Amino acid sequence: MTEVDKLTPVLTKRWLSPNSWTLRTYEQLEGYTALPKALRGSPEQLVQLVKDSGLRGRGGAGFPAGVKWSFMPPNEDKPHYLVINADEGEPGTCKDIPLMMADPHSLIEGCVIASYAMRAHHCFIYVRGEVPHCIRRLNAAVAEAYQAGYLGKNILGSGFDLELVVHAGAGAYICGEETALLDSLEGRRGQPRLKPPFPAAAGLYAQPTTVNNVETIASVPYIVNAGADWFRTMGSEKSPGPKIYSLSGHVERPGQYEAPLGTTLRELLDLAGGMKDGIPLKFWTPGGSSTPLFTAEHLDVPLDFEGAAEAGSMLGTTALQIFNETVSVPWAVMKWTEFYKHESCGKCTPCREGTYWLTQILQRMVRGEGTETDIDTLLDVCDNVLGRSFCALGDGAVSPITSGIKYFKDEFLALCESNRAKGASQTEPALAGAGS
Amino acid sequence: MTADALSHGAGRGTATDVDSLPEDSPFGADTVATAREIIARYPQSRSALLPLLHLVQSVQGYVSQHGIAFCANQLELSTAEVSAVATFYTMYKRKPCGEHLVSVCTNTLCAALGGDAIYDKLRTHLGSEDKPLGHEETSGTPGEQGSITLEHAECLAACDFAPVLQVNYEYYDNQTTESAVDLVDALRRGEKPAPTRGAPLTDFRGVEYQLAAGFDTAAEAVGGPSASAATLRGAQLANERGWTAPAMPDNVDLPPAPEKK
Ligand SMILES: Cc1cc2nc3c(=O)[nH]c(=O)nc-3n(C[C@H](O)[C@H](O)[C@H](O)COP(=O)(O)O)c2cc1C
Ligand code: SF4
Ligand code: FES
Repeated sequence: MTEVDKLTPVLTKRWLSPNSWTLRTYEQLEGYTALPKALRGSPEQLVQLVKDSGLRGRGGAGFPAGVKWSFMPPNEDKPHYLVINADEGEPGTCKDIPLMMADPHSLIEGCVIASYAMRAHHCFIYVRGEVPHCIRRLNAAVAEAYQAGYLGKNILGSGFDLELVVHAGAGAYICGEETALLDSLEGRRGQPRLKPPFPAAAGLYAQPTTVNNVETIASVPYIVNAGADWFRTMGSEKSPGPKIYSLSGHVERPGQYEAPLGTTLRELLDLAGGMKDGIPLKFWTPGGSSTPLFTAEHLDVPLDFEGAAEAGSMLGTTALQIFNETVSVPWAVMKWTEFYKHESCGKCTPCREGTYWLTQILQRMVRGEGTETDIDTLLDVCDNVLGRSFCALGDGAVSPITSGIKYFKDEFLALCESNRAKGASQTEPALAGAGS
Repeated sequence: MTADALSHGAGRGTATDVDSLPEDSPFGADTVATAREIIARYPQSRSALLPLLHLVQSVQGYVSQHGIAFCANQLELSTAEVSAVATFYTMYKRKPCGEHLVSVCTNTLCAALGGDAIYDKLRTHLGSEDKPLGHEETSGTPGEQGSITLEHAECLAACDFAPVLQVNYEYYDNQTTESAVDLVDALRRGEKPAPTRGAPLTDFRGVEYQLAAGFDTAAEAVGGPSASAATLRGAQLANERGWTAPAMPDNVDLPPAPEKK
């Protein structure tokens, strides 16, 4: 196989162009060329193509997109829906919002193709509410696409109709969980639903629905144009394609770097100018705060779905939050735990109560009032949350804690030491006083 | 049912036209018309609830009991059903907001890079050393120019620009305590410094209206900057080094459909 470049801009390739968000620019740069090709084919052919490409969901779980699409019923007895998950709230994740701001038409073209492949005539893009500029760009692009005949009735004379609505959320991380998102889109509190039934059987309004991430769907037009084999020239057998890696924190040049799946942090750091001011790396998340922490030992882990999992974490959203030696692990873990506590939807007891107590214990430890048994209590509570919560938010909440203690137990112990020292210095005078 | 019962009780709203609004309703015919347009976008009316809550917030600067009743009335829901939703989401405010809402990201990454310090500084700067402003508290009088509501926020999907804050949800990237103080001082003077990424600044209620009703697709607003250095770093580096994805072949056929089993 020929050598592939270190960076492989596909989704990001138009971002440098002037007014990259306009229809004009998009069309000048091969935009909307995949759509007529897709509409000439059959839905079954498109599902097969996406299966062949090996494209895996970019929203965190990595489920094969083509397989998910094939779960949709092959007939149209009921209305079908495609819902785009643009809720981007996983701490560290900052790829979908820039993608939609810079190149909204690539997402829209992907939406039309995917809707056609799944026989959906209604598509919603659910965007977190706190990003009006992104929503503005999307709405402008949707309006342009309607006007140009890429959306609406009888798209490009194919007989296929699609309505696309951009929907603003209202601030709740849990609405990124796909079934909570559907409840939210139905005008309810965003709380996860019991699965099964899966959305393909009973999703939005209890009708067949597919939920996909922004980056997943934006990849589709390129696959339609250049084929599955081309897509597989990047990445690995099981994790093919390019991926937007988001580097943030203590690096010289944080930002969005699109590279083949399987790229390592060492390689990415090299591209990003290394650690900021040369201060050494201490810990990092491979894919957002819900993925167990990595350390400097993991610089050469291939960042694809298999590589991250084999090394004891998860690829998640490829949100690489990078922290240097100046940052206290217990403090960082406490901050993340406060986040999960705030965002726990309250539906199930292990997560609602667990995140509350975990926060209390961590805050106490960081204040220097913890004891060694607190570490055991933390792990014990984590054990009762992991795998026992109703949705994956609970599992994600314990990741920073268990991995933080796994790699940096000394730091947690040191907090207890200082407490003991304080305790000792407090008790001594008291004892002395009692003796006199 | 009296007008009062309609706006404050838990009764199920049924009438949806402007005549059914209670006399003291702060919402006029234009708001009803906008609500109707929003509802028409969805296959089922209840899906319009989140946008409608943004809409009532754009009129009053928060979600009041009147706002809840308005939504219930438009969607034929009970006020209890609407309240349950309104209280779930952080963007719906229960007290009137200032002209501007300043949200400082204090999630771990921003916090480590200075977000916590920025938030603490703004608390005392907008309040006082003895009485720092609390989460979602307002400096100045809501409704008056220069009033500012302060809040800490979770990750705002801009970690590559840490530490970040937002004014009315428009991004101000790579902040310091000094730049944040300068920014709120300018807001208090009635100025509207341009966001790093976003449309020219308006006010909290204006943005809430846009979130509800759809956006101003005027070129100026849409064209406001959206990408700065960090967004483009990878693309730029690839460009400089001449790195590209493998060439996309032309004329690749779609695969045949699988045989029906
Ligand atoms: C708490 C939580 C938050 C999530 N947030 C997001 C999100 O913001 N965006 C996203 O695409 N997926 C998110 N997911 C994953 C979705 O549930 C779902 O797997 C994904 O949208 C499917 O799309 P994909 O197959 O294209 O990746 C989240 C999951 C959980 C448990
Ligand atoms: S795990 Fe947490 S977020 Fe998920 S359903 Fe339970 S309480 Fe809600
Ligand atoms: S942590 Fe502040 S924007 Fe992500």
